[in-house]
Parts: sequence; C-alpha cells; structure tokens
Amino acid sequence: MIIRVVLPAHLRTLARVDREVKLDLEGPATQRAVLDALEAAYPMLRGTIRDQATQQRRAFLRFFACEEDLSNESPDTPLPAAVANGAEPLLVVGAMAGG
Amino acid sequence: MSSVRVLVGTRKGAFILTADGKRQHWDVSGPHFGGWEMYHLKGSPADPNRIYASQSSSWFGQVIQRSSDGGKTWEAVGNKFAYDGPTGTHLWYDGTQRPWEFARVWHLEPTPTDPDTVYAGIQDAALFRTTDGGQTWQELPGLRNHPSAPAWQPGAGGMCLHTILLDPSHPDRIFIAISAAGVFRSDDAGKTWRPMNRGLRSEQIPDPTAEVGHCVHRIAMHPTRPNVLFMQKHWDVMRSDDAGETWKDVGGNLPTDFGFPIEVHAHEPETIYVVPIKSDSEHYLPDGKLRVYRSRTGGHQWEALTRGLPQSHCYVNVLRDAMAVDALEPCGVYFGTTGGQVYASADAGDSWAPIVRDLPSVVSVEVQSLP
Repeated sequence: MIIRVVLPAHLRTLARVDREVKLDLEGPATQRAVLDALEAAYPMLRGTIRDQATQQRRAFLRFFACEEDLSNESPDTPLPAAVANGAEPLLVVGAMAGG
Repeated sequence: MSSVRVLVGTRKGAFILTADGKRQHWDVSGPHFGGWEMYHLKGSPADPNRIYASQSSSWFGQVIQRSSDGGKTWEAVGNKFAYDGPTGTHLWYDGTQRPWEFARVWHLEPTPTDPDTVYAGIQDAALFRTTDGGQTWQELPGLRNHPSAPAWQPGAGGMCLHTILLDPSHPDRIFIAISAAGVFRSDDAGKTWRPMNRGLRSEQIPDPTAEVGHCVHRIAMHPTRPNVLFMQKHWDVMRSDDAGETWKDVGGNLPTDFGFPIEVHAHEPETIYVVPIKSDSEHYLPDGKLRVYRSRTGGHQWEALTRGLPQSHCYVNVLRDAMAVDALEPCGVYFGTTGGQVYASADAGDSWAPIVRDLPSVVSVEVQSLP
C-alpha cells in the first residue's frame, strides 16, 4: 500500500523532497511503521522526528491525519483507514513556537 | 595568490565569506541551511575543501552536514550521538542530580592529518569522534566517566563541551573545556582525563578554588607553543605556561575581564585578543563601544583596538566560538557579533571593517587560509 506523508518545510529541505512523500508500506500502517519506512527511504531524517535514543516523538512536532491529533497515540496503534489506503496523508507538523 | 574563506554560523543559517589575500573585497554566499541554528562550521586542515557543520533546531534536533567542495554542496551525514554506557548524572541548576541528555553539537574539530577524523564537543558535555567522515560517531567515555562528573553543572547556555584543542606536538594530547566544569587534559588520546584548573578562582561557586566547577568560556593555543594556553573564563583572563597544570591571571589593565572568545595571533605566540563584556549580568559591551583588546606581551598589558569599530551606542556581544585568525601575512583577525556583524582586520587588529553587517545573530566564526 502507498502511504502519503506531508513533512514540515525544514524537513522537506533536509530530505530534498516535495511537499508530499509517498511510501510503499508492507504490513499494518502504524506511526512506527510509517516513520521506520520514512527514515529508511530518507536516512537524513533519522533523529529529526523521533529522538535517536528513545524513539519518542520530538516535543515540538505533532502528528495529524483526517483532522485528528494522533500525536499521543501509541506508535503501534493502526492509523486511520483513510491514511492506510492512501486517501489522506499523515501530517508531520512543527509547533508554531519560537523566534 | 592566497585567499581566505570565513565560515560563519548564525542563529538562522550559515554564511560563507570569501576574499583574496588582500581581504578587502568579499563575496558572500548563503544563507545555507536557512532557518536552522548553525552552532559551528570548521574545515579540515588536511583537506580544506572538506568542511563539517553542526546544524540544529529545537524542533528537529541535530543534523551534521559535510561538504567536500569547500561549501558549495553539502550532504547530511550521521547524527546519532549515543552516550557509551550508563549516562550517570550531573548537578542541575536546583542542586539536584540529573541524567546526561544529548542536546546539540557545539563544536567540531577536524584533526590535522585526516579529513575523515573529527572530534565533536556536545551538550550535555561529552566528547565524540568520527573516523569515517561523520557517518558514525563514538563517544570517548573516559571524560564523562571522570569521578568529578557528578559535580559538573550547566552554565546559562547549557552544560556544553565547547572547546577542543589538539596538541600538534603530542598527537595523544587533547585539551577540552566545559561550561561549567573547567579544563580537562588527556595524554592518551582521550582514554583518561585530568582536570586542569589549578589557579582558577571563581567567587560564584561554593568553593572558589575547587578542582572542577569553573565556567571556562574559551581556551586557545598557538600551535608552535602548545604548552602555553590562554583562557577567557566567566570572569578573568588567564594563562598557563605548563600545559594547563597551573594558571595565573593576566587580565592586567582590561576594562573588564568578563568575556567569551580569546584568540592567538597566527605568527606571534605572545599576541592575544579578547573582547571584554560589561558583566555577567549585562552581556553587552562596556560604554557602548566595540573594542577588541590586544596584548603583545601574552597578557597583563592590553591596548584597545577601535579603528573602524563603532564607538557609540553599540551593545552587542561576541560569543565564545565567534573569533578566528587566518594564517596570512599580516595576520587577519575576524569576529562576529550577536547583532549580525562580521568584522575583519587584515592588519592584525590595527584597523577593522565589516564584511557583512546585517546577518542573523552570529554564533561562530572560523577562517580557512587557502593557497
């Protein structure tokens, strides 16, 4: 299945990609599986979304899809069906904070 | 004809400034990595086209960038800085113990002979090394495992390892400095370490002459005299003539001995530069005047260098890694300010001119002297 991921501007620049990334995922679509596939395809993103040591979501990033905040879901919870079937993207969003 | 390349790290990107040996007309490239905090960029002495850069962000964490063409193009390399073994704890601001936690890379120090071998000083304080051009980084854990480590504590900017000096005459000798722990020296390529803080006095800490706990802001060395070290401490400008074993105050007639950077002239080992700052509670210049102070006597006697620098209403700061010297004749001196100016002197500090004056706040300045 094809999963769509939208990255914030700085990570698009870092990974040298357009606004939306498409990932071919096998198995259940979870946050962990999608981020594993994203980092495998774009190794420069390792550590920028999840902490390298703890694999926890970085504090100033959040995950949204289908108008829902999924940030505090378990990384192994299945993503909404619309994300799993490619109808909707998983949004990685940087907090609006700082100077 | 020789040329120079100045590598500038700012709060919002990196800039590369180049000029021929006259150092009068400058080309400005950047911003590179726009919007990211660029704590430090430094070129390899063994291959000047190899440059490493520390790119970081409160949102996205740490990235290390590497260029193999003098900064024209870059590639992201390894950014995993995993402490080797149990992290232990250090002193926190409130007096409690707190586990070591990686925050960012403050300083990158490529080695003199191998472009792929680079040391990295990080926050929370530890020393890492790569031998594969930045793809992987390994901690030298002997420093963080030093028995004094539970007494180390962060300065206002975090508990950072900000200075790495490699002794060119003793390949196994490394000096590092940590805020706020002090200077440490290894004589076995980083396996074991000894504190090198005898003679330092810091009234702000419970035991002013403690073995560790001093907020050393910067140390500097001339490569031909590696046993002579100069230090800008939180307060006090200091000098060691025995490779850090003992230190003495050489602040002399400075208007204030608080500051951040200290540098040594490329050809005169007794000529040193500092930028005095009003106080630790007022991190700006005294009297609104941007004055670099130069000593040609290795300390004690200092002269103000003002020609070409603003002498009224100037309240910027110059951070610890934001001053550098080139190897041309006469020696060039460079520094960047928190107001976004980068000043250059092509005559060892006698006169100055801005290369650029409206960059984001400058964090670091390094210079490469090119054939």
